[in-house]
Amino acid sequence: MQIASMHFKANASVKLKDSTLQKAMLKAKGKFVDGRAAAIQELGNFEEIREAGKSIRNRVLENLDVWLLRFEQEATARGAIVHWAQTGEEVNRIVLDIARQHDVKKVIKSKSMVSEECALNPALESAGIQVVETDLGEYILQLAHEPPSHIIAPAVHKTREEVADLFVAAHHTERKTDAAALAHEAREVLRPHFLDADMGISGANFLIAETGSTVVVSNEGNGRMVTTLPRVHVAITGVEKVVPTLEDFSTLLRLLTRSATGQPISNYVSLTTGTRSVDDPEGPEYFHIILVDSGRTKLLGTELQPALRCIRCGACMNHCPVYQNVGGHAYGWVYPGPIGSVLTPAYVGIENALDLPQAATLCNECGVVCPVKIPLPDLMRVLREKQFEGGMRPWAERLSMKAWRWAALHPRIYALLTQTGAKFLKILGGREKMLHKLPGLDGWTDGRDMPAPAGETFRAAYVRHKRKAG
Amino acid sequence: MNSRETILARIRANLGKPSGEPEEQELIAVSEYLNVHPSGPLPEGEWGDLTERFKARAKALGSTVDEVASMAEIPDAIRRYLDANALPNAVVCWPEFEMLPWRNAGIAFNVRPVEDKDPIGITGAFCAIAETGTLMLLSNAATRAITSLLPETHIAILNTARICKGMEEAWNLLRVERGKVPRAVNFISGPSRTADIEQTIVIGAHGPFRVHVILVSLAST
Repeated sequence: MQIASMHFKANASVKLKDSTLQKAMLKAKGKFVDGRAAAIQELGNFEEIREAGKSIRNRVLENLDVWLLRFEQEATARGAIVHWAQTGEEVNRIVLDIARQHDVKKVIKSKSMVSEECALNPALESAGIQVVETDLGEYILQLAHEPPSHIIAPAVHKTREEVADLFVAAHHTERKTDAAALAHEAREVLRPHFLDADMGISGANFLIAETGSTVVVSNEGNGRMVTTLPRVHVAITGVEKVVPTLEDFSTLLRLLTRSATGQPISNYVSLTTGTRSVDDPEGPEYFHIILVDSGRTKLLGTELQPALRCIRCGACMNHCPVYQNVGGHAYGWVYPGPIGSVLTPAYVGIENALDLPQAATLCNECGVVCPVKIPLPDLMRVLREKQFEGGMRPWAERLSMKAWRWAALHPRIYALLTQTGAKFLKILGGREKMLHKLPGLDGWTDGRDMPAPAGETFRAAYVRHKRKAG
Repeated sequence: MNSRETILARIRANLGKPSGEPEEQELIAVSEYLNVHPSGPLPEGEWGDLTERFKARAKALGSTVDEVASMAEIPDAIRRYLDANALPNAVVCWPEFEMLPWRNAGIAFNVRPVEDKDPIGITGAFCAIAETGTLMLLSNAATRAITSLLPETHIAILNTARICKGMEEAWNLLRVERGKVPRAVNFISGPSRTADIEQTIVIGAHGPFRVHVILVSLAST
C-alpha cells in the first residue's frame, strides 16, 4: 500500500468535514464500545486473562527465533512449505512464483492486512491473475477501489447507500438498500468464485508452534472456504504471530474476539495443519505459509518491542477519540488508530509518518482497553522524543519548545511572562470570556474556541492565599 | 544469506543473543514449555450444569437446540425441524449416521460429500465447548468439513457427554484420543454472519443460515 501518512493533518481536516463519513463513524463507535464493555464485564476476570495474554506474547517475543523454528519444523512435518520474506516485494515475488508454478488463473482471498502492506492484489493483477476479495467489507472496497479503513471492519466508513450504488454498478441488479439484501446478493455473486478458484490466500491470526497450524478467525465463513476449497492455499502473516501452544492460543482467543466486536467467540475459528491426504481428501494439495518480517524484527530489543504483542483486535482504534472522528484513511497506511501511530512509523520509517505519533491526546483510553496491555501512549511518546531528537519537528515548534525550556529554567522571568500572558488573554476574551482566534496558533483556534483565562496565574493565586492564611 | 537466515540472525542480534544457531538451553526451555502446555485462566463465575450452559450460549449465538433421549429418535427430530422451518426434505450426512432409521421418518438421505446446492448437511461433533456454546469438528475422510460449510442449513448431532468446559479441556481430549491435530479443526458458533454494512448483523454470509444442534444424552444411548 502507498504510504500517505505524512499528509495526516491535511487528510484529517478533509475527513472532519465529510458528513457521510461522520455519519458512518458515529454509528460504528457506539456498537464497538458498548459491545466490548458488555463482553468484558461478562467475563468477570478480564484483568487476570489480560495479564496471562500479555505474558504469553512476551514469552514468544523474548525467544522469537526458537519459536519460529519450532513452528517451521512442525508445519513442514505436516506437508506445508514455509517461506520467509524480508519485505512486501519479496512476499509478492513468492506468491507470484507459487501462482506460476501451479498455473493459477483465479485467486480468492480472505482478509489479510499483511497482504495490504505488500500491495499484493495489484501485483497479482498485473501478472494477469484475477483476484477476488471475499470478506464482505473487503469485497465492497475492491469494487470501490479503496483501501480498508479499519483492521477488522474494513468498510466501516461506507454507508449502506454507497454500497447499494457500488453493487448496482458491478452486478447490474436492482438497487437494494437493505443490509441483509445486499449481503445476500454478495453471497450469490461470490459463491461461484469459491468453487472454481485455483488458489486461496488468507492471513493468519495465530501460528501455533506446537502443531504447525495456522489459525483464521472469521464470522462470514469465507475464511473456511478460502483455506479448504482451492487446490493451493497460501497463508501470509507476520513473524510475530506465533504462539507456543493450543492452550496459549485459547487464552488469546478469549481476549481477541471480546475486545474486537464484543463477541464471546467468532462464528468460525479454524485451525489448518498440512495438506490433504488419503485419510483426509479435502483441503489444498499444496499449502504454503509465508512468514513476513517487513520491519517487525527491527522493534525487538527496543522500547517499542511491546507493540509486537498486538493481536490486531482493533479495540484501540474503536476507543480512540481521534480515530472516532477522522476514521482510518486519514492515517494513510494499513494500520490506523493508536497501534497504527506506533507501527506505521516503526515499519515504514519515522520520517514517513511525522504526524502520527502526534495524532493522539495521550488520554490512554487505548492503553486501558488493549487486551495485551501495550502501553500505547508511552510508545507514542517515545516516537515523539525520537522525532524531536532527530530534528524532525518543524522549526517553529522546536524553537518554541527551546524558548519554553529556557523560560521554565528562569522562574522569575517565567512568572512575569505568564502573568502578562494571562492578563493579555483575559482582555482579549472580552465580555464573552472566549477566545476565537490566537495570533500564530490558528491550528488550535480554527477548529475550536478556548475559554479565556481568569487573568491570574496559579502561582500568583497560591501566593495570595498563603498570605491570607498566614 | 537467504531471507530465512537474515531474519533469524536479526532476531537474535536485536534480542541480544549470541549469533548462530539457538543454544541448547533455549531449545530445552521451548521443549519443556511445550511438554507442560499450561492452561490459562478460564472465565470466572458459576458454570452450573455444562449441558445447560452449552444450550444457553449456543442459543445466544443464533443456534437452535433440540434434545432427544436416544440415537433412534434423531430422524424424527430432524423431520420435525425440517417441517417446522419449511426446509426441503433432502439431507446429506456423515457416514457415521447412515444406520439411523431415516426411512421410518420419511427422510430422503444421502451419505456422500456435499455439493454446492445441497440444502442440508448433517454432521456429528468431536466435542463441544460450554463456555461459548461452540461445536468442535475434526476433519477426515468420514467427517468432511464442507458438510458444515456449503449447505444453507447445518444440523449437528452432539453427545452431551462430550461437552467440555473450555477449549483447554477439548485440547486434552484431542491429545489423548487422536494424538495430533487433523488437517482442519473447525470451531463453529452459530450461523455465519457479517456486520460489514453499517454494523448491521446479517445472518447467512458465506456459510450456513441456520445451525441446529441435536443433543443426545449419554444415559439413553
